[in-house]
Amino acid sequence: MQSSLGTKSTPIIQPVQRRRPRYGRIFTIVLFLLPAAAVYIYFVILPIGQSVFYSLFRWNGLGPLENFIGLDNYTKALGDKVFVGALSHNLLIAVLSIVIQLPLSLVLALLVARHLPGRSVFRMIFFLPYVLSDVTTGVIWSFVYKPDNGLLNTALRNLNLGDGQAWLGTPNLALYAVFVVMCWKYFGFHLILYVAGLQQIPADLEEAAKMDGASNFQVLRHITVPLLGGTIRISVFLSILGALQYFDLIWVMTLGGPVNASETMATYMIKNGFQRFQLGYGSAVGVILFLVCFVFSLAYQRMVLHRDLAGSGALT
Amino acid sequence: MKRQSCLVLLMLVFGLVLTACGDNTATTPAQTTAAATTAAATTAPPAATTAAATTAAATTAAATTAPAATTAAATTAANATTAAATPAAPTVPAAPANNMTGTINWWHITTGEPGKTIFQEMADAYMKANPGVKIEITILENDAFKTKLTTVMQSGNPPDLFQSWGGGVMAEYARAGLLKDISGDLKGAWGDSFNKAPLDVYSADGKYYGVPWDMGAVGFWYNKSLFAKAGISAPPATWTEFLSDVKKLQAAGITPISLGEKDKWPGHFYWVYLATRIGGKAAFDKAFDRSGSFADPSYVQAGEKYKELIDLKPFPNGFLGLTYNDQSNLMGDGKAAMELMGQWAPSTEKDQSSNKQGLGSDLGYFPFPMVEGGAGDKDDVMGGGNGIAVGKNANPAAVDFLKYITNVENQKVLAKAGMALPVVKGSEVAVTDPLLQQVQASVNKAKYYQLYYDQYLPPALASVIVDSVQGLLAGTLPPDQVAKAVEDSAASELKK
Repeated sequence: MQSSLGTKSTPIIQPVQRRRPRYGRIFTIVLFLLPAAAVYIYFVILPIGQSVFYSLFRWNGLGPLENFIGLDNYTKALGDKVFVGALSHNLLIAVLSIVIQLPLSLVLALLVARHLPGRSVFRMIFFLPYVLSDVTTGVIWSFVYKPDNGLLNTALRNLNLGDGQAWLGTPNLALYAVFVVMCWKYFGFHLILYVAGLQQIPADLEEAAKMDGASNFQVLRHITVPLLGGTIRISVFLSILGALQYFDLIWVMTLGGPVNASETMATYMIKNGFQRFQLGYGSAVGVILFLVCFVFSLAYQRMVLHRDLAGSGALT
Repeated sequence: MKRQSCLVLLMLVFGLVLTACGDNTATTPAQTTAAATTAAATTAPPAATTAAATTAAATTAAATTAPAATTAAATTAANATTAAATPAAPTVPAAPANNMTGTINWWHITTGEPGKTIFQEMADAYMKANPGVKIEITILENDAFKTKLTTVMQSGNPPDLFQSWGGGVMAEYARAGLLKDISGDLKGAWGDSFNKAPLDVYSADGKYYGVPWDMGAVGFWYNKSLFAKAGISAPPATWTEFLSDVKKLQAAGITPISLGEKDKWPGHFYWVYLATRIGGKAAFDKAFDRSGSFADPSYVQAGEKYKELIDLKPFPNGFLGLTYNDQSNLMGDGKAAMELMGQWAPSTEKDQSSNKQGLGSDLGYFPFPMVEGGAGDKDDVMGGGNGIAVGKNANPAAVDFLKYITNVENQKVLAKAGMALPVVKGSEVAVTDPLLQQVQASVNKAKYYQLYYDQYLPPALASVIVDSVQGLLAGTLPPDQVAKAVEDSAASELKK
């Protein structure tokens, strides 16, 4: 316990000499933290600061920053229907994830976590989509969704269920069509989280409940799911955060279209910042995106994760 | 025990940091800044950043794909024709010995043969005649080029010579002082050798920053046998005839028009062409110099005429979600009767068709029909092409080399190889493909040549145009709202 960094030779009880080793310790800690802190400041804190700075200018990314416009970029973004639409799409994705994707993952996790024969094979299969890159997934599913000879519509036609739809080409459907793919791709990730969580639950608790006469459902309802609470809270957190920042599949499959029907804040930021040469405006959107995520993270950690993080030192 | 593992961990982190710092010092300050900027502007994943930067150079992925396709596509065509016939390397004319010295960095995007070899041979010929000059060619794929160019531009270090499509994007760079004004060099014989319209695409605020080597036109490419099947004897000359032909095609069970509107730029061609026919040069000039407006009647009418076509539902099922490649595939496979596209269309269709053959002799070309009562001329042309811009640090040798590669003999070499519709007077004769000859003739006949709006106008405005026109196609924006959205953006983007 006492043999901390480099102070091995210090006798245990020597009050007079205590100061010097403590300074040495602090110095050592600072020395070791410095490089990481420097990298963190240079690559994380500084760029965020830069973004905030750029967002106060009308700037095309080239040449000097001259045209200071205060908060105009922010009012412009918040007044833009497309941006507000993008924000609402992010929230919709978050809600859909929680309502559809996570319960699905949980049910499958309960199935493959324990008694099912060949469960490791199933786990692997369910996890497979997550391993694919977003771009590959997007391209594959674009083929599936093709209006004329795509897999989905061909199947529907062969089953006499009508001609199907132009899934990605219909403004009212595009976002949902992409959400199905997001679900397909990411449920395996949450499933693995849940499986890991389930393995932490001691089997004797459930056995004890069963011996006391609890039905399978009661065990699930009163033992398994509550004990899985921490995992669920984390997975909800990751899911919402992911939904708020979502970009990849949407960019590949719809480019945020048709007519901005599947735009998210991230695609909006890329379009306005880089494609339109409005880096100042794009920065403002980036800052808003950052703030939304940041405030959500803080609030969620304070309010929901509080119990899970208590004692870990993550909250002070 | 715990402490010890902490120590190990710290050591590990420290080691990593040291490595990172090592890398960091090796990086030029410019790159570091660029990286930081990117990181700052986007919290999106790296893939996102790449995608973004990719398209940054022009309005949309779309806008950029169009001209990009030019080279790639033209090259494919050339592969099929020239390369097959003459496997031997094409010969380029000898370069003048001007006692030039220095190093020239040249970035181009002609990744395919024979263009790649031809450009290399031009560089070799010039270096042979001017032993003091070293030409370093960097060949980049279109998207990679745009990513890389954006980065070096933001760091203020453009290459000496690089691929450019002129217009608004080039103007952004020029105004930021990143390009070299070559107006002085163009005074006299060199400048006079070019056709004026294509050359002017490379000017901004009255100064020239580059030169073209290829310039074509957008027009209708159509499937002759499908037209015959629908009982259409001659291509339509007016918008009314055009609409009635669309109906005839539909009656015959044929998808009249191929369109991949996910990419947005293919659909905006119609709107721009209609505005060009209805309002003519005068309407655009007024809207552009702000004495008029993009909400003027000619632009609203362009939307209304376009709406007449859209209401016929002439496009393939789900066209709002299809890409330009899908569009070319439908044409190349004979599943749609026509498309409005630039000079690269035949080779892209061929490349995207299922059998890699395209339509062959079934393919025909006709110019955009005239709108009855329009103020524009039926011969006015909208289009674009490829050129080379000159970076601010370019030495005299770079400009001299540029003179050499755009001389009439070299233009003929490019034309013969099928990789360009040449822009230097006297080189037209080298174009042999009958359809391309037709395109070339229409360019030469045009009294008013309009570069695609999505390249010509500032990127922000161009982007609003393609977005709004997509709204028109989707039925979410009426014609007058499209014009208004464009005008709102123009009001803030075009004020000087």
